Amino acid sequence: MIVLFYNRKTKNRISTAWMYIAISFVVLLPFILGLGLYFKSSLLFSENSLGDLLFSKVWKPSIGKFGFLTFIMGSVWVTFIAMLISAPICIFAALSITQYSKKFYLKIIHPVIDILAGLPSVVYGVWGIIVVVPFISTVIAPLFGAQTMGYSILAGAIVLSVMIIPFILNILIEIFRTIPIELTEASLSLGATKWETIKYVLLKKALPGIIASLGFGLARAFGETMAVLMVVGNMVQIPKNVFDAGYPLPALIANNYGEMLSIPKYESALMFAALILFVVVMVFNALMRMLIVRYDKY
Amino acid sequence: MNENTKIKVEHLDLYIGKQHILKDINIEIPENKLTIILGPSGCGKTTLLKCMNRLTDLYHDVKINGSIFIDNEDVLHTKTDVTEIRKKMGLLSQRPFPLPMNIYNNVAYGLKISGRRNKKALDARVENYLKQVNLWDEVFDRLHEPASKLSIGQQQRLCLARGLAVDPEIILADEPTSALDPISSETIERKFEELKQQYTIVMVTHILRQARRIADYVIFMYMGEVIEQGPAKEFFENPKMERTKAYLQGAFN
Ligand SMILES: Nc1ncnc2c1ncn2[C@@H]1O[C@H](COP(=O)(O)OP(=O)(O)OP(=O)(O)O)[C@@H](O)[C@H]1O
Ligand SMILES: [Mg+2]
Repeated sequence: MIVLFYNRKTKNRISTAWMYIAISFVVLLPFILGLGLYFKSSLLFSENSLGDLLFSKVWKPSIGKFGFLTFIMGSVWVTFIAMLISAPICIFAALSITQYSKKFYLKIIHPVIDILAGLPSVVYGVWGIIVVVPFISTVIAPLFGAQTMGYSILAGAIVLSVMIIPFILNILIEIFRTIPIELTEASLSLGATKWETIKYVLLKKALPGIIASLGFGLARAFGETMAVLMVVGNMVQIPKNVFDAGYPLPALIANNYGEMLSIPKYESALMFAALILFVVVMVFNALMRMLIVRYDKY
Repeated sequence: MNENTKIKVEHLDLYIGKQHILKDINIEIPENKLTIILGPSGCGKTTLLKCMNRLTDLYHDVKINGSIFIDNEDVLHTKTDVTEIRKKMGLLSQRPFPLPMNIYNNVAYGLKISGRRNKKALDARVENYLKQVNLWDEVFDRLHEPASKLSIGQQQRLCLARGLAVDPEIILADEPTSALDPISSETIERKFEELKQQYTIVMVTHILRQARRIADYVIFMYMGEVIEQGPAKEFFENPKMERTKAYLQGAFN
C-alpha cells in the first residue's frame, strides 16, 4: 500500500515537472528563435542602419548594399492581394454553408477542406504554373491591356489565396456554427429578414472570430514560400501593379540560402529577412489579439 | 372561428425527417388571455410555439401540413409575408439571448429595421418599453453598454422589452422563467398578468404551480398530441382525460 502510494506520488511529481518543462519550452520557443535570428543577422546591423535595411531598395550584395524594401513590398503586395481575394470568398462561403445550405453541404465541405489543406504547397505551385500563370498572361492581363508572362504578383496572390482559403474557411464555419440559433430566432422574430439578421447580428457576433481567422490566414500567407516562389517571377523590383513580377521575402531566403552561405554578409542578410518575417508575424499576432479583445464585448 | 379566438390551429402535422413530431393539432387560443401550454419534456411544446411564427423555417428537413390562422390569415401559407407575421409576435426564449449590441439598440433594433430612424422618437420608445418591463431605473445611465453585461434576469426583461417594442399583438414565451431566480421569475409572471390586457400571451411551462397561478386557458400536450384544452379553472379542477389527471398528480415528473 505504502509503496503504491509512494509510487503514485513520485509519478505525480515527475509528470508535473515534465509538464512544466514542456510548457516552458513551448513558451520560450519564440524567444529562442527570435534571439537566434537576431544574433545571426547582427553582422548586417554593424554596418547598416536599420532604416537603410528596411527602406532602401538598393540590393547590391556584391558591393555590400542590402536594402530590403523590394522584398518587403513583394511580400506585402502578394499577401494583401491574397487576402483581398480570399477574405470575401471565405466569409460568403461560410455564411452560405452554415445559413443557407442543406446539411448535406456542411457534411461534404469538411472532407473537401481537409484535402485542400493537406496538399503539399509544391502541388499548388505546380497548379499555379500550369493553370494560373498562362491564364493571367493570355486572359486576365489582356483584359486590362497589360503584357506579362504571367509570372506575377497576381499569380502568387491567386495561388496563395487558394492555399489559405481552406484554413480560414474551416475556422469561419466553426464560428458561425457555434453562434446559438436563438440569436437568429430573436432577430427574425423582431421582423428582420435573413440577410438583415446576418448583417446586423451574426456578423457582429462573429467579428472577433472573423478577425482571428483572417489574421491566421494572413500570417500563413505572409510566410508561405514554395508555391509563391514558383509563380511570382522573383525579380528584384518593386512591383508597380499586380501584373509585375515580385520577390517576396520567403522566396529570397529559399532561393539563395544554399549558395550564398559562403559569403558571411549575405548569410547575415538572409537571416535578417527571416527576422523580418518573424517580427511581422509576432507583431501581427499581437495586433490581432488586441482587436479581438476590443470587439469581443458581446 | 370563435369571436374571441386569436390563434386557431387546424390539423397541424409536423414531421422532422421521418419523425412525426406534432400530430393533428387543433387548438384555439383566446385573445387577450394568458394561455399556457403544458406537457412533459419532448412532447412538442417548443415546436408548436415556433410553428406560430414560422421559426420552423430554420429547421432542416421539415414538413408541415395544416393551418395556423392568426386573425384569419394562414401563417403557414407560403404567400404570407413572414416578416410581417413575425412582427405580430414577440418571442421570449428559455434563456435570454440579447443581440450583440448595446442595451439601447437591443430595444431599438426591431424599430430601426422597420425603417424608423427618428432619433427622438426612438429614444422615447426605448425609454417607454424599458419602463414597461421595469428595467429603466436599472439601466438608464448605461444604455450604451453591451447588453451582455446585464444579469440574466435583467437580460430576460430586456428581451421582453425588445419584443414589445415592435408592437406585437401576441407574445410567445417558451419557459421564460426557467433560467431565472425566483424574484426575477415573479417579476416576469406579474408583468405577463399585466400585459395580457393588451396582448394575447402563449406561454410554455414545465412548472405546474406556475401554470395554476397565472393561466387563463390551458393546453395539455403529450407525445406530440393535444390531449386536453380548456379554461384553466375547469382544466385544473375538473380534468376530463385520464392522462391529464395523471399529469396533474405528478405522474410524469
Ligand atoms: N431541430 C430539430 N431536429 C430534430 N428533432 C427535433 C428538433 N427540434 C425538436 N425535435 C424533436 O421534436 C420533439 C419535440 O421537441 P420540443 O423541443 O418541441 O419539445 P418540448 O415539449 O419543448 O420539450 P422541453 O419541455 O424539453 O423543452 C422532440 O422529440 C425533439 O427531439
Ligand atoms: Mg421546449
